[in-house]
Amino acid sequence: MTARTPKTGLEIRKVSKAFNRVPVLHPLDLCIEPGRILGLLGQNGAGKSTLMNILGGNLQPDTGEMRLHGAPYTPQSSREARRLGVGMVHQELNLFSNLTISENLFLINPPTKLGLIRRKQMNRAAELLLKQVGLALDPATLVSQLSAGQQQLVELARVLADDAQIVLLDEPTTSLSDGETAHFMQLIRRLAQESRAIIWISHAIDDVLNHCDRVAVLRDGALVADEPTRAITAQGLVQKMIGRPVTQLYPARNSTVKAQAKVILRVDNLSQPQIIADINLELRAGEVLGIFGLMGAGRSEFARILMGLDRHVSGTIWLNQRILRGSPRRRSQQGLGLVTENRRIDGILPESSVTENMSLVAIDRFVTAIGGWIYPQRLRLAIESMRESVQLQSRLSNSQALKTLSGGNQQKTILGKWFLNDPRVLILDEPTRGIDVAAKHEVYQLIHHFADRGNGALVISSDLDELLGICDRLLVMSLGRITGEFLRSTFDRERILTAAFAQHLRLSRGAQKQ
Amino acid sequence: MCVTLFVVSAGVTPGLMSRGNLVNVLSVAAPLLIVALGQMLVMISGGIDLSITATLAMASVCGSWLISDDGGWLAGAPWAALAACFIMPVVGACIGLGNGVCVAYLRMPPFIATLTSMMFLYGIANWATHSKNIGSLPESFIWLGTRPFAIAALALVLAAAAAFFLASTKYGRWLYALGQREQTALVSGVPVRVVQCGAYFLAGFMAGTAAIIYTAQLETGSPVLGKNLLLDVIGAVVIGGTSLFGGKGKVSWTLGGVLFIALLDNVLNLQNLSHFAVGMCKGVMILFAALLDSLRHRWSVE
Repeated sequence: MTARTPKTGLEIRKVSKAFNRVPVLHPLDLCIEPGRILGLLGQNGAGKSTLMNILGGNLQPDTGEMRLHGAPYTPQSSREARRLGVGMVHQELNLFSNLTISENLFLINPPTKLGLIRRKQMNRAAELLLKQVGLALDPATLVSQLSAGQQQLVELARVLADDAQIVLLDEPTTSLSDGETAHFMQLIRRLAQESRAIIWISHAIDDVLNHCDRVAVLRDGALVADEPTRAITAQGLVQKMIGRPVTQLYPARNSTVKAQAKVILRVDNLSQPQIIADINLELRAGEVLGIFGLMGAGRSEFARILMGLDRHVSGTIWLNQRILRGSPRRRSQQGLGLVTENRRIDGILPESSVTENMSLVAIDRFVTAIGGWIYPQRLRLAIESMRESVQLQSRLSNSQALKTLSGGNQQKTILGKWFLNDPRVLILDEPTRGIDVAAKHEVYQLIHHFADRGNGALVISSDLDELLGICDRLLVMSLGRITGEFLRSTFDRERILTAAFAQHLRLSRGAQKQ
Repeated sequence: MCVTLFVVSAGVTPGLMSRGNLVNVLSVAAPLLIVALGQMLVMISGGIDLSITATLAMASVCGSWLISDDGGWLAGAPWAALAACFIMPVVGACIGLGNGVCVAYLRMPPFIATLTSMMFLYGIANWATHSKNIGSLPESFIWLGTRPFAIAALALVLAAAAAFFLASTKYGRWLYALGQREQTALVSGVPVRVVQCGAYFLAGFMAGTAAIIYTAQLETGSPVLGKNLLLDVIGAVVIGGTSLFGGKGKVSWTLGGVLFIALLDNVLNLQNLSHFAVGMCKGVMILFAALLDSLRHRWSVE
């Protein structure tokens, strides 16, 4: 036993944790050596974040011990953990957008003289750190001017500023585009080669297989796998994560949309300067139409314009042969719905119950015409049957605050909220972001069932596999324009990606000519 | 908390339990409750109405000016008292509507919008009356102020209406949704602007209604009515647990907060403390309530 104990790196032995006597982490052993990247997988609620928070000093374990470079490691705070060389990059961006890069990097310990910050010295030091993470930016730039990917790199630089030997990454690539992700992973690889130990939480199984040396899988708070990456397959990992074999992530889709099916949504020459240009599309009854594009392609902005959340200068939207205009309220009454990409910001009411969340859109259907009195019985029955059809976990109570639900159940509640209003067209922006594999499958099924009832679904996603798996037809957007259309029978990954880059290429060619 | 205060202070304060004093507490608490209900609605929507006491003064001045025997338009008319009871809430509602338009449609921060309207309203009220009280109100109107139980009943009816409004109508649902996450409400087709504006409208209406009671109790229309009341109103709502950050609040909580403030006020007065000491004590209590609110908010965010 002791012979295997590494002199360096981080070792966890019999560490467990319970909240309110509910065990979230069963005693587990794990060790990570310098120079290695460990991928940590698991469904939402499997205990990944708890484990990370214990390692990062935010939580203290109930039992067990941890050793860092052979010495006992018992951090009482994230500050102490950082001092001992354990740094953490969180899933959400944690930078102050109103401060500059260097101010963020040296927020805790700025170089000072007589209590005054030595700005020049700070900027020089920041520049060095930025170079390490491959960012060629002025350290005096405000963080608010950076893209999500750049901000994530600054976060990483902050960890390096503490000279961390153990780096914990909690889904750092969720908000990054493919290109940014690739760059980020390269960087991580280099950090590992500089003999740092890295633990990387992710939902992206392919990324983990491509970049990690070892993979550990948590399920219901227990470690169910800890193996070298080469010894395991994607299928095997998914199986380990959900505890049963999966035949297929994407439900079978027999494209049943007929060419003569009625057009229920038509967009004519929709434009808004700097955002979208000349968008034309038709969505037919029964169709699942995907929109693919890179970050900044204008997909979410397009969705917001359709819903009436943002304005557009020209173009017309037709829903059921009627022009769609006015407030989001009028549009939802006409039969449009939008599941937004940022669930936590504009999708849920975190403090409100499942019932209140689900009834928010369609409440007009359950009240008296005058006075708006709610019929409690009618509403209760409708909620009951809706939660069944969206397959909300049965042990959840209708009065539970939404923030206590897992991402998947939150998303199903949001779907239920719109289905209750019986829309003709539902726009779904990143409908499976941050939810676990099993819930994803169910969300896909719900989208298909919705379309099969003669409605139209417009699915926006950055996950090309997802769109290829569930859509009947696919549009590609690039810098605000539609640059490609593919039928299910002609889906071709390479051509789709080329279309996604189309406007970028044109711009750079144009620049070269000049 | 209210009960604890009552029990503890009953022990140390002679005369608290006397019938006369309890009626006294009631006649302070009832109009305060009406104003606080309005403030609560605004705070649930995520805003604050600082002009609520200036609205009281303005409604009081307008109403009394109309019916005063010292040259009011309706002086001597047999239905003068009724007219005042009608006009005061209307004036209040109009002011509330103005606030609502500023906040909801002109997108001004509630703090600034209502702070300026407070200054403006007190200014007008004092300018129009030359800072003098308007006396000589008809007997039939003053009579209203001498019926503490009727006033309490009115306050409770309004409280019940507010409770029903919040819990059992779609407008209540919309108000909570707006206060909690304006973005979610907007995406979900809630008429956000109308609801927000409506909250200020109702707050003004409530203040106007309370102005009837205050004016009748004081037997004068006063341009400085309620100048010291703003702290009590916001304090009562916050002590009751309505969140300063919006989205949370209940009528029963506010009722508790109002009783607490009214009792505290009464006890401190019976202890023969100076006016300033009373203010200090109340300030500390409200500080604690606000502290509790921000702690709760922080925990829930984590």
